[in-house]
Amino acid sequence: MEELNALLHGFTVALTPFNLGLMFVGIILGVIIGVLPGLGGANGVAILLPLTFTMPPSSAIIMLSCIYWGALFGGAITSVLFNIPGEPWSVATTFDGYPMAQQGRAGEALTGAFTSSFVGALVAVLVFTFLAPLIANFALQFGPPEFFSVYLLTFCSFVGTGKGNPFKIIASMMLGFAMAGVGIDIVTGQLRLTFGFTELLSGFHFLVAVIGLFGIGEILLSMEEGLSFSGHSARINPRIVFQTWARLPHYWATSIRSCVIGCWMGIIPGGATPASFMSYGVARKMSRDGDRFGTGQLEGVVAPETAAHAAGTSALLPMITLGIPGSPTAAVLLGGLMIWGLQPGPLLFVEQKDFVWGLIASMYLGNIAGLIVVLTTVPLFAAILRVPFPIIAPVIVVICAIGAYTVKNNMLDVWMMVVFGVVGYTFKKLEYPLAPMVLALVLGDAAESSFRQSMLISQGSLSVFWANWLVGSLTTLALVLLFWPVISRLLARLRASGRGEVIRQRAVD
Amino acid sequence: MQNDSESAQRAVRVITMDVIVAALIFALGALVVYDSNRLGSSWDENGPQAGYFPFYTGLLVCISSAVVFVQGVLKLKSDVKVFVRQDQFRQVLVILLPSAAYVLGVQLIGIYVPSAAFIGLFMKIAGKYSWLRSAAVSVSVSVIAFLMFEVWFKIPLPKGPFEHLIGY
Repeated sequence: MEELNALLHGFTVALTPFNLGLMFVGIILGVIIGVLPGLGGANGVAILLPLTFTMPPSSAIIMLSCIYWGALFGGAITSVLFNIPGEPWSVATTFDGYPMAQQGRAGEALTGAFTSSFVGALVAVLVFTFLAPLIANFALQFGPPEFFSVYLLTFCSFVGTGKGNPFKIIASMMLGFAMAGVGIDIVTGQLRLTFGFTELLSGFHFLVAVIGLFGIGEILLSMEEGLSFSGHSARINPRIVFQTWARLPHYWATSIRSCVIGCWMGIIPGGATPASFMSYGVARKMSRDGDRFGTGQLEGVVAPETAAHAAGTSALLPMITLGIPGSPTAAVLLGGLMIWGLQPGPLLFVEQKDFVWGLIASMYLGNIAGLIVVLTTVPLFAAILRVPFPIIAPVIVVICAIGAYTVKNNMLDVWMMVVFGVVGYTFKKLEYPLAPMVLALVLGDAAESSFRQSMLISQGSLSVFWANWLVGSLTTLALVLLFWPVISRLLARLRASGRGEVIRQRAVD
Repeated sequence: MQNDSESAQRAVRVITMDVIVAALIFALGALVVYDSNRLGSSWDENGPQAGYFPFYTGLLVCISSAVVFVQGVLKLKSDVKVFVRQDQFRQVLVILLPSAAYVLGVQLIGIYVPSAAFIGLFMKIAGKYSWLRSAAVSVSVSVIAFLMFEVWFKIPLPKGPFEHLIGY
């Protein structure tokens, strides 16, 4: 019940006219970011971060998190109307959303997408409300070895849950760590990896990396296609909304499954994208209409959208409670917290009660505001999408350049952004994942200092990571995840040979 | 970057790029290992030295990229997936090179004039819009950016002779 009181207090923090106004502004900006190619949750928030420096932290985080919710909502619009996922996590939404638009059921698809996004987020926020204080309380007892093992778990789970070549995941991640190491070593004061360039003293800023990798990289990728938009128009009127709402309760089982998948994938840093695919796959397997998925089933829109939004929301849970973001966008928000002088982690719940509960309250309010905004303004955003690419592309480059410059008022960062853009383009095409690199760049310093402190405690012995049951089980779990690609292959081989025997027996029968 | 695969259109294969990029990443990793060694990657009386942690990250960069490199080399003959076709690559350069020129412009004469010029020229040349529409869009983007950053939010962006002329 303590949580409920704190939450009510949070609502009084969030429910000022100024903050409510910021919520709507944030949602609208977020949806615009979500529908434009080249701007996404992570780099959209990164670019808009400097605008919030002059605000009080709770207002700033409310606006930024609303941009994030907006981007989550916005991705669905492009998927359904244009068959172009505005965000990676809405790729799975195109499978059934676009066929529905082709059949003239765009309004139904969008209402379904928005509503299930809302449901997913709401469940995740409820989980957040009751789980976050517990985790934070628990984590107060953490020392350096525990923190390092949680970092280890975070990074190993990229390898364990990621698709694709595990060595590419590791390479990308370790490059991120190496970049985080550039600059002055905080412990010894020595210069690391600067090779005599004074410009490198302050190191690589991850916001610049995010803007380049995701923003410029995405523009380069889109240019390749020679983008020509041809979208379906959508009109949502109250009748369609209520008709769709009447049908949605039929998919309660899919919704619950998708919420669970989403929350789980968000808390462990799987992120919204795999969550949406996984949820779509599970729904297709479990649904009675599974064979007709891909032809325009409302259920096929509900599943990925619910999971993506649940994952996107619950990615903030480890960010706030442990200081470990579950997604690149959460990482950018974490960077914002640090710039405002707030140290994310368990102490935040003790020292900054107003801030934390204001944020949680704004998650409830922001998602309600988001649902209202997107249901009423879809035609407007669809119109933005029809702005031709030769106009959008240079404008986005300009916005990215401004964003990169304002990080540290440094021209070199703008050049870095261009370089990161080329890296992002190349890495995306070669299937090096970008999220681990960004997270490593953000968490590099914290991971290193917790590792060093642990080593000091144990005088260089790695056994400190198995010193008690808590840190031991975290480390072991991390290692299991790290070697999961190998383990799963072995398991598959065992199972395959087992099945072979079954078939042989049946053949005898 | 062009490769001599003799298909209808010249293209670079994924696997070629894979090998090249893995080699580049390996070189970066080696650089990290080298510099960490210079700083000292072991222990002294104060505990771990400055290069202690980066040494191992660099080492892991090297190991993982070496594996990707070998995997790539083994498939170098057989894999024919296309990384980028020549016409696609040209499209990429159509935005990449002007963007680089734009950043150079920002460095030299501030951000607002190059932004307008970049958007306007790109619309005119790549998008084949009329001068009037190109100018209208590009100038209004610059003006809005100016109002938003310099006037409302008081965030200074790079400025040059033109901005000084109007009193900023």
